[in-house]
Amino acid sequence: MSTATATAPFDLVLGDARGDQSGEVQRPRKVRAVEGVGDRIFTVVTRISGFLVLVIVGAIGVFLTTAAMPALRKAGFAFLTTQAWQPDIGRFGIAGVLVDTILIAVIAVIVATPISILAALFITEICPERMRRLFVTLVDLMAAVPSVVYAIFGLFYFQGALVPVARFLATWFSWIPLFHVPGVDVSNPNTGGTPFSASTFVVAILVAIMIVPIQTAIMRESFRLAPLGEREGAYALGSTRWGMIRSVVLPFGRGGMIGGTMLALGRALGETIVVYLIISPVFTVNWHVLATGGNSISALIALNNGEASPFGRAALMAAGLALFATTLVINFIAAAIVSRSRSGAESDV
Amino acid sequence: MSDRAVALHAVAASAPAVAPVQRPRPRVGFDASSWQDLVGALVAGVSGAALLLVFAPLGITFGKLSGGIGVAIIAYLIFVVVYGAVTWLRSDGVGVANALFTVLSTSAAVLVVTALVSIVGWTLWKGHAALVHSNFYTQDMAKAGPNSNLKVGGMAHALVGTVWMISIALVISAPLGLVTAVYLSETKSRFSRMVRTLVDAMTALPTILAGLFIYAFWILELGNEQSGLAAALALSIMMLPYIVRSADLVLRLVPGNLREASAALGAPRWRTTRTVVLPTARSGLATSVILGIARGIGEASPVLLTAGFSTFMNTNPTKGPMVSLPILALNLIGSPNNNLKARGFATAAFLLLVVLVLFVSARLIAGRSAGEVSPRKRSQLMRASARDAQRIADSQQMATAVAAEATP
Repeated sequence: MSTATATAPFDLVLGDARGDQSGEVQRPRKVRAVEGVGDRIFTVVTRISGFLVLVIVGAIGVFLTTAAMPALRKAGFAFLTTQAWQPDIGRFGIAGVLVDTILIAVIAVIVATPISILAALFITEICPERMRRLFVTLVDLMAAVPSVVYAIFGLFYFQGALVPVARFLATWFSWIPLFHVPGVDVSNPNTGGTPFSASTFVVAILVAIMIVPIQTAIMRESFRLAPLGEREGAYALGSTRWGMIRSVVLPFGRGGMIGGTMLALGRALGETIVVYLIISPVFTVNWHVLATGGNSISALIALNNGEASPFGRAALMAAGLALFATTLVINFIAAAIVSRSRSGAESDV
Repeated sequence: MSDRAVALHAVAASAPAVAPVQRPRPRVGFDASSWQDLVGALVAGVSGAALLLVFAPLGITFGKLSGGIGVAIIAYLIFVVVYGAVTWLRSDGVGVANALFTVLSTSAAVLVVTALVSIVGWTLWKGHAALVHSNFYTQDMAKAGPNSNLKVGGMAHALVGTVWMISIALVISAPLGLVTAVYLSETKSRFSRMVRTLVDAMTALPTILAGLFIYAFWILELGNEQSGLAAALALSIMMLPYIVRSADLVLRLVPGNLREASAALGAPRWRTTRTVVLPTARSGLATSVILGIARGIGEASPVLLTAGFSTFMNTNPTKGPMVSLPILALNLIGSPNNNLKARGFATAAFLLLVVLVLFVSARLIAGRSAGEVSPRKRSQLMRASARDAQRIADSQQMATAVAAEATP
């Protein structure tokens, strides 16, 4: 405990003050805190609630594993390599769905990260003081908008607006394998929007809109904590605002930037409702992100849980377990990076 | 570095007569003429995109990048390039980088706000058709067939379901979350750091896993049926980390010297927490709970697996399927019928309004940071303090009077 380290030097000083000149080795008095009954209850109750959080996360892992066991035992290692989802005839695996999930998440993060960094820098560095609170509130509000609303907006409005962009990319950049739309004459103006809708691209852009506020909030916090002295130092050396940001704010906020991005990646991996409502599900890897068809593990679970047989349900649990493990690893890495950086919890001055 | 210094020295020594031409540093920064640059570049961007649009049918297409977003992207690209070029005329690379950064950063913020406004505006506009009918708030969908108009049927059953689920979830997650936050902020040990990391990781855990866990544990393992209670359990798992995280942040803002003052007065830790820490952070804690509610209310995926679906009113959370607002919206949106769809839009719009109200109230409550008080409260506190001072002075006076009487 911190009290012990705080009192030790204090006691040594007391020893000196007593004027003990005998040359004996001075030992600090043993510090013993007598906890009252109230404090003992307080300690126990709070520690139990902290422990409960641990238990909940542990229980999620344990129960998902137990429920997934029948499927995992039957499929074995093939669960990680099969690109199909027909558990009732024994052909199922998450290889395709997992890659599609990662595709959505990675595209979303690639789109969202520059916007988030710039928006966070606007809020901390450019925005006038009196408007800062407004922008912070708006960004936080955007994070609180229900995902159902994003999904409905995406399905009925945003998808239609995005199709021309997808068509443009497919026309000019089809030499990049990712942007190739097979089996469609993209240059034919009479081709409708259908080949470009319900695609990984559309979903990823929507997920990007959803994770921008989360990323912006974390980055804003870490940028805000960049020390004033170093900022002023940069200005005093004749730096422009961008020069100051590049040499002070960005290096200082690197931990927050990486951590916020990884948290957003975790969120993007788990986003359910947008994928559920918009995408037309496939179970193989669809590298052609502009073309119809994609999937994510959470959408797979949401779409199939209703009419699954008991064994099919076990297979879905196994998919959930894979998602759990993936996001937990990413989140732990993110949390470690955020707390190791200078902008972490320790710098509360 | 030293090579260069030597070289400079050599140059200076070899040509002492020629004074270096002093040139003013190119201007960097934003002033009145920069506004002209900005407006000019904007006009150039918009008119450039318009020009491309006009010529597009004549054969000079630009890859059929049509539609609002495409035109906006083209206009924006032209704007950025023109603005950079115009700035280049009067400044050097450093200045151009600075100007471009300012423009890009501002436009990112504008983009975010535009996205928010258009999502909120579009949803409310689509939803208003059914929102204006009073039966929408008082009836369920049991009597409303696919063809009944908007004057029949509504979302009352989902409203009741959501209220039940959120209340139960709140009863579980608010106390647990607040106590955990107290644990995290009042103790510093290896274990509490671990719990904090875990809570952070839990915040980003896919919400569907909360539903899947309750499904595996509560429904498959314990043999309960799909119900509002099961959904509430899933929601409470999902809301818990949000409440813990934001409450912990608020509690850490409580100044340490308040805690130390309390401890120095001899208060045990629980009393310090109860009478100093928690009251100081009260508004922030309320905010954290409200934000937790706002999160939970809009979340569909945990409920999707655990609550089942019904078209009729069910007021018993422990028995039978129960539907919540997001689930009803999802379900109605999926139907091909326009009236049902309109109700779906309205449900989503209503949900959005509820979240907006919760969010604004949370901001109003959290208007001040820990320890800051309103003018009225401040004068109240000062009056109380003056009363205390008077009381102490009185008792001291009395004590001296008694002492004087005792020693004649």
